[in-house]
Amino acid sequence: MSIEIKVPQLPESVTDATLLAWHKKEGDAVARDENLVDLETDKVVLEVPAPSSGTLQEIKIAGGTTVTSGQVLAILLEGEGATARPPANAETQLAEQAELENVEVRALKSVASAHKLSPSVRRLLEEHDLDAIIVTGSGKDGRITKADVMSYLKSHADENVTPGDPAPAVAAGHVPATAGRNEQRVPMTRLRARIAERMVEAQHSAAMLTTFNEINLTKVISLRKRYREAFEKEHGERLGFMSFFVKASVEALKKFPVVNASVEGSDVIYHDYYDIGIAVSSDRGLMVPILRDVDRQSFAEIEGNIAALAKKAGDGTMTMEDLTGGTFTITNGGIFGSLLSTPILNPPQSGILGMHAIQDRPMAVDGEVLVRPMMYVALTYDHRIIDGREAVQFLVSLKHSLEDPGRLLLQL
Amino acid sequence: MSRSFDLIVIGAGPAGYVAAIRASQLGMHVACIDEWKNLDGSNAFGGTCLNAGCIPSKALLESSELFHRAENEFGKHGIKMSGVAIDIAAMQERKATIVRQLTGGIAGLFKANKIEGLVGHGKLLAGKKVEFTPTDGDVEVLDARYVILASGSTPTELAVAPFDGERIVDSWGALEFSGVPKTLGVVGAGIVGLELSSIWNRLGADVIILEAMDDFLFMADRQIAKDAARHFKKQGLKIHLGAKVTSAKASAKGVTVKYEDKDGSQTVNVEKLIVAVGRRSFTDGLFADDAGVLTDDHGCIEVDDQCRSSVKGVFAVGDCVRGPMLAHKGSEEGVMAADLIAGEIAELNYNVIPSVIYTAPEIAWVGKTEEEVMASGRPYKTGTFPFAANGRAKAMEQTAGMVKIIAAKDDDEVLGVHIIGPMAGELISEAVLAMEFSASTEDLQRTIHAHPSLTEAIHEASLAVDKRALNFINK
Repeated sequence: MSIEIKVPQLPESVTDATLLAWHKKEGDAVARDENLVDLETDKVVLEVPAPSSGTLQEIKIAGGTTVTSGQVLAILLEGEGATARPPANAETQLAEQAELENVEVRALKSVASAHKLSPSVRRLLEEHDLDAIIVTGSGKDGRITKADVMSYLKSHADENVTPGDPAPAVAAGHVPATAGRNEQRVPMTRLRARIAERMVEAQHSAAMLTTFNEINLTKVISLRKRYREAFEKEHGERLGFMSFFVKASVEALKKFPVVNASVEGSDVIYHDYYDIGIAVSSDRGLMVPILRDVDRQSFAEIEGNIAALAKKAGDGTMTMEDLTGGTFTITNGGIFGSLLSTPILNPPQSGILGMHAIQDRPMAVDGEVLVRPMMYVALTYDHRIIDGREAVQFLVSLKHSLEDPGRLLLQL
Repeated sequence: MSRSFDLIVIGAGPAGYVAAIRASQLGMHVACIDEWKNLDGSNAFGGTCLNAGCIPSKALLESSELFHRAENEFGKHGIKMSGVAIDIAAMQERKATIVRQLTGGIAGLFKANKIEGLVGHGKLLAGKKVEFTPTDGDVEVLDARYVILASGSTPTELAVAPFDGERIVDSWGALEFSGVPKTLGVVGAGIVGLELSSIWNRLGADVIILEAMDDFLFMADRQIAKDAARHFKKQGLKIHLGAKVTSAKASAKGVTVKYEDKDGSQTVNVEKLIVAVGRRSFTDGLFADDAGVLTDDHGCIEVDDQCRSSVKGVFAVGDCVRGPMLAHKGSEEGVMAADLIAGEIAELNYNVIPSVIYTAPEIAWVGKTEEEVMASGRPYKTGTFPFAANGRAKAMEQTAGMVKIIAAKDDDEVLGVHIIGPMAGELISEAVLAMEFSASTEDLQRTIHAHPSLTEAIHEASLAVDKRALNFINK
């Protein structure tokens, strides 16, 4: 049986890849899991393993060509014991956020090769807080040698990547300042260029707009205060705000399923599962790993999973699987101090909830002016399939759940 | 109707027989032609390695070393013996048995892998046809889709000291002595010369080695070579460097050897003379003139780095092509050729081939010598550790020698590992594996080595590279 070898799911923020040299040629026998060809993306080299043993019947794309997710690279004629490989998802996913634009996003390869790191390489990576995947390996079978890491460190010694930095990351070998005043031409890094392109593309395809509301978090805060210790004691997890927002979002998504849907051509795909992407910030950068089947998770489980994902982001063990999929995203610009913002959609999702800073504000409560902890929330949505009414009511539902947490208990 | 095969291998030495087996494993119908004849007239597979080189020499080296240790070392252990004697006939019989078992083993492997083992002479004709002249039977022309030439090498003869098989012998003859010569002359202090010298020296011969080069073991690291020379001298081997043999006349009594060194003309009389000045590719009668196979002036078949000859579909591997004349290099080339023929990707890493000299102390190395690294201009650092400071070596009463590691200063890559001492030929494998994976000195430092073991010397040497050996005072 012939199988198509396709470009695998490219990780978040990576839009295309360059085919490096083929390891096999047409007519060659291949073994299952044997690496057929390497794909180079910004900072990542992905392998394309053979899904089963057989013969590489036809190579459709030559080395050196740029490819995108899902493109057919070659045809494999199965030789023995076929294992069906799920077709690569044609969609790729964008990294988040206008205000986090300056943080370099690092996409991660599967950690299969982590154990192939030699002791000196492990030490160096740990010492310099690097992910193995960003270093190109020149050793046997692409393994990383100590020399490779040292060479990487040398060439990236002057790269400046800090959040909030107004200038984009400067690639090694930038054009020096011209003799004139006040002008420095810096070519975008490949990664930056891709993100820029995708941001614009997202805006072209979806009819995006944002609706706002505000939430009085008094009850949530008091609930947290009261049960924090007991919660931690009982479940071993810290009770944060995210579990409340995630739970409330799920209830709202259940009420307005179109916000959990996606557009594909002229079809609307409704998902009866809730995979919510949570934007996680670490000193490695921003990542949006996915919490799966959130509707089936308890508060404790949600907190635990978010913490686990944050840890993965922190120590670079995030896998591609963690980052792909998702039917809805929650982002929190508030941790950086944002009061209000208009998040950009994460294609192919149709909605994204933006949380912001909790600020004590004077509010009118029963005719009196009282200070309350308030958070502005924003829902950016795809107006092609979500109407204003649904978007607004989504936020209203969210607001009601959080302002009166008893409603979450009763699933109202 | 001529028989046809997917692959015909000419030569069943380590390169040839391995190529044949590998090809058979890959599904090819293979024939392997071999003409090796032993002194008793019988045929055997295995080539020089099994019959007249690697294996028999290791058997005699083992026997002679045990004899030597029994005489000189056993007393230290408290073992009491009243005199030790050696029965040369028994020693040779043990060697012959081992050789027989191994060569018979190849025949068994051929059978098991359904390889047609053909005893006789193979000659490549044009058009990938092979003329097979069996030792007994009619000449046959065989068809092949592919051919691998693995005819090996033969000892180089010195015109001034021609072999007579009695008094002036080559390495094979040197392994067949029925008695220990009182005096023995050896021309050539290379790997073969040193090993043969060691065997008979331990058994009581008075050995003089005449080496034409001014440097001892020129291909080895100088520091190691110097240490080796010191040990061999202590063992009673008289090694004369810069000594060029000008004539050797055999008579009933022995051989009168004349040579020139820096002091002028010298003469020495020895009972037997071994000529071990090297080997040359053996391709006599291997191919017809119109076969199209190109060789150099010395009969060495020209091949690319995938062992393809000038004729499409004809590969050549082992001692009959360029590169170090080592059995393991030949075998791996044989595997590579078989893989390539089967359509697989294959290549050989010629930079990480170990060399071993089976003297005592044993010498082994892989990678670059310090001199080669220095000549390349790359800044480097070295570390050495003596076996005298190694617990296992002391327990074994084998404290001669050291491990030396050379690494690049810029990125710590291990460039060469040199060992002189007990089991050097075994220990070197760790270094070969490390270098195959482009290991850095730090990788060796961070790898746990069992204690007590000789391998700790490698570990300590790697630490010594960064001046932090734990069991030795760092200088």
